[in-house]
Amino acid sequence: MRRLMLGNQAVARGCFEAGVKVATAYPGTPSTEITEYISNYNEIYCEWAPNEKVALEVAIGASIYGKRAICSMKHVGLNVAADPLFTVSYTGVNAGLLIAVADDPGMHSSQNEQDTRNIAKAAKVPVLEPADSQECIDFVKKGFEISEKYDTPVILRLTTRVSHSQSVVKEGIREEVDYEYKKDIQKYVMMPAMARKRHEVVEKRLNDLREFAEGTDLNRIEEGKTNLAFIAAGIAYQYVKEAYPDAWVLKLGMVWPLPKKLIMDFCSRFEKVYIVEELDPFLEENIKAMGIANIVGKEVFKLTGEYSPSFIKSAVEKIYTEIPYSIAQQIPPRLPVLCPGCPHRGIFYTLSKIKDIIITGDIGCYTLGALSPFNAMDTCVCMGASVGMAHGISKASNNGKKAVAVIGDSTFVHSGITGIIDAVYNKSDIIVLILGNSTTGMTGHQDHPATGYTIRGEETYKLDLLNLCKTIGCSVVEEINPYNINENLNKINELLKVPGVKVLIAKAPCRLHKRYKYTTLKRYVDKTKCKNCKLCLSLGCPALSLKDIPVIDQNLCLGCGMCESVCRFGAINSVKE
Amino acid sequence: MKESVNILIVGVGGQGNILFSKILGDVFLNTGYDVKISEVHGMAQRGGSVVTYVKAGRKVFSPLIDKAEADYIIAFEKLEALRWIEFLKKEGFLIYSDYEIPPIGVITGMYEYPDVDKIVKQLGVKFCKIDILSLLSKAGNPRVQNTVMLGVFSKFMEIEENFFKKAIENNVRSEFVEINLRAFEIGRSVDLGEVRI
Ligand code: SF4
Ligand code: SF4
Repeated sequence: MRRLMLGNQAVARGCFEAGVKVATAYPGTPSTEITEYISNYNEIYCEWAPNEKVALEVAIGASIYGKRAICSMKHVGLNVAADPLFTVSYTGVNAGLLIAVADDPGMHSSQNEQDTRNIAKAAKVPVLEPADSQECIDFVKKGFEISEKYDTPVILRLTTRVSHSQSVVKEGIREEVDYEYKKDIQKYVMMPAMARKRHEVVEKRLNDLREFAEGTDLNRIEEGKTNLAFIAAGIAYQYVKEAYPDAWVLKLGMVWPLPKKLIMDFCSRFEKVYIVEELDPFLEENIKAMGIANIVGKEVFKLTGEYSPSFIKSAVEKIYTEIPYSIAQQIPPRLPVLCPGCPHRGIFYTLSKIKDIIITGDIGCYTLGALSPFNAMDTCVCMGASVGMAHGISKASNNGKKAVAVIGDSTFVHSGITGIIDAVYNKSDIIVLILGNSTTGMTGHQDHPATGYTIRGEETYKLDLLNLCKTIGCSVVEEINPYNINENLNKINELLKVPGVKVLIAKAPCRLHKRYKYTTLKRYVDKTKCKNCKLCLSLGCPALSLKDIPVIDQNLCLGCGMCESVCRFGAINSVKE
Repeated sequence: MKESVNILIVGVGGQGNILFSKILGDVFLNTGYDVKISEVHGMAQRGGSVVTYVKAGRKVFSPLIDKAEADYIIAFEKLEALRWIEFLKKEGFLIYSDYEIPPIGVITGMYEYPDVDKIVKQLGVKFCKIDILSLLSKAGNPRVQNTVMLGVFSKFMEIEENFFKKAIENNVRSEFVEINLRAFEIGRSVDLGEVRI
């Protein structure tokens, strides 16, 4: 049956059809839905791991045991998983191992724009790049075949526009694949003597894969009717086809290693060949290194952000589309905001009232605390960096500047724990606020070890953050209620004077999570008491807006009561639903 | 229907863009077209500006719609209609809900919410403005704005009504099918002659 399918859903479908038995991931946009869709297939064991490194290690174990496995992550997650990646390239696999990595050109929801192909090349791992949902299914299956035939992990590179686009697919049936586990310390124990031999194997494998790339139908020449010629892969291929349906295209489905003969032959037929690729000049540089000179790449195409068909046209022919309707006036930006009722709001409101502190932030919904109206965050680098950076700041300033780290519970488990251990060990004086909303909010409410539920919603052992922090030696560990603004302000001010690593766990589940039920007492503004001081608006709650005086939208208000507690005139009252 | 159609669905995170585009995608798929839909996730879900692209035609390559390429822009929020107006073709059509959600900068007094109706008229865009609050009160549920808008939009497509209804049934959770079908009818009963101004 023909049906529309999201790219990520198609990757999951491909895994099901390819007989995958184990799927692991840490959620990250734009890769999250791969594992979520896999969790609908009972034939596949799947899990959220605390981070991408662990996720990959679990998948490697499954593969070596003889079961096909997939590990999914976003591009920055691959940095976390780089350590096992570089070595599983040496050990190779038993049953197939696929690593799906979703890049985010245009940074729709990421802190940088890195290009996964560079890491894959450095790790000497082949890369397949699908261009639509049907290819997502097909390339997953092909990826497992290559993985097993060439004894290598395979990276499936996706980008936001492939992961988050729906296109038409045909579904197939599941094929069961099993291999037997055989102990082989020469292959699986990478101590120097064995690793030296394996490195030879890896280099030979790359040569074999180069040979394979020449003949596979993953790479194909599409004949054109003009003299215009392109080399492209992934979503860039679609842009080229739309802009120039009559051009010649060498479409690469396998982007590493590259088919040298095929490319040389293609390029020799034309005066010049355009290489269209988002982000880094990866194909361009590697093709230039083959000694091919008649190619045009980043001198006309940009290095940053997403492409589009008209961008390609304007770069190739300097054609610009005229825009019939445009507005001179500046339109108010609509930046993302913390949701109505969000418990993080109370913490950032509190922090914004404290002077002379440096607030190191982290990755999650609460990164929005950096924006207006709070402006309560100084840094945000990567998952887990808040704690280590706060420690660094306190040491560098000789504790002259007080540092407060803010980190979510999911992120804390991902990679905040080791930072705390370091800070305690090296006698730091910092405050760490763990925003325990009992979910992974930003990516759409996934579970993690501290929620007490697995990916399929089964109950499991619940990691106790309070006792964990006590055990690893924090001088103060307390739970606080983020909605108690005044109390928390006093507490944080007090703790700034106390030595050691102080942890406050702001405990209040995400208001939007269906699992947690709140009794809602919606608020309204009493016109007779309101003095129009607008203090309540400084909370930045989307339910509150200014008409003549502040008003509360009853459709949006989740009744958290924070606005009631900041109003000095008792003008905000509650109504029972 | 025409050879191909490009539709931009714009609004604020949480207004139901994605469901709208899924239903629409199904309609096109079942009437024999190739379809691509592209969505934006992540940060945009936290009350930010969101856009979804739906493209149908004999063969669709890029899932993106560029500036000046949309046949229709369907806006679930007034200000967002303006934000994306550059994507409309010269002969394109804007269908917008007059629902207002002030962005945080407007709430805190940094910006003013512009007079959208006035600007749309000045631009000379062909448009259809939907008085959504009165339609929603008929529907009795504020969460079905997207299906009301779908009902309105369905009148612009030369596609049989039943394809839309089937697609709603296939994509909406069973307990909400009835209310959504009602919302669709309400949208479909809007008199275009009246609202075209
Ligand atoms: S804080 Fe109270 S008095 Fe001040 S504007 Fe808000 S509701 Fe009115
Ligand atoms: S109670 Fe106040 S702060 Fe909380 S959601 Fe409602 S309007 Fe927003």
